[in-house]
Amino acid sequence: MGCVESMNYEIVLRDATFKESRDYIKANFKECIDIQPGFKVFDVHIIGLPPIAIGLDGDFVVFPYTKPCHGTFLLRVEDKAEAARLRARKK
Amino acid sequence: MTGEPPPSQKTALLVLGCPQVPVQTSIALYLINRLKKAGIVPVVAGNKAANTLLVVADTDRHYLGEVMDLDRAVALISDRKRDFDLCFVFIHNDAGVSYAATMGAISKAKLYALVYGEHFEDQVKTIDFSCTTIAAKAVHNPLPLKKALDEVKPWDA
Repeated sequence: MGCVESMNYEIVLRDATFKESRDYIKANFKECIDIQPGFKVFDVHIIGLPPIAIGLDGDFVVFPYTKPCHGTFLLRVEDKAEAARLRARKK
Repeated sequence: MTGEPPPSQKTALLVLGCPQVPVQTSIALYLINRLKKAGIVPVVAGNKAANTLLVVADTDRHYLGEVMDLDRAVALISDRKRDFDLCFVFIHNDAGVSYAATMGAISKAKLYALVYGEHFEDQVKTIDFSCTTIAAKAVHNPLPLKKALDEVKPWDA
């Protein structure tokens, strides 16, 4: 997914298990939504055990990104429109 | 998409994990052969390294058919552009379990989790979704996993 490489992202967690990344989001973000695997955040189809937690912090979106050899990364990306789109799913 | 089988033919997706555990490539080729002999069309999806290990080992494509990038396979299935009758996910780490759970959620395929590696039992414990688990302690020697696979005979399903 070239999209991730082109994003201005911050790595919140690296080489984590999926459970560690979910627990981190639940513990550290007051605002979060649950999505199903395959749901698109930005242009990324999210991988994981359902339900998958996505954190929202103002205009920042925090989401898990899984690669076969490196486990799960939690990425933090600022994008007002994407944060608003995800926030609207709660309503 | 080119190379897609006729609708009547069963298809199977092999989702490869990180190729750092040697048995993956061997078991993938073995499974592809058994599936093809049973009339099932196998499609492989992996990252570049996992796919290249297979493509180089089978240069003349005696076993391999379609090979695609793993992210592309996830996108095609998620977007309902493609699906399979059977799906085998190779698992030796946490990411493998995540991919298997994802396939279980996005695909209608009958799901098989092939679990191997030094700590295969730890991974088996984390599988809490519906699938058939085929597991063995296999790192360099593929025979324990081959034996487990032969006992289930998923190509006969």
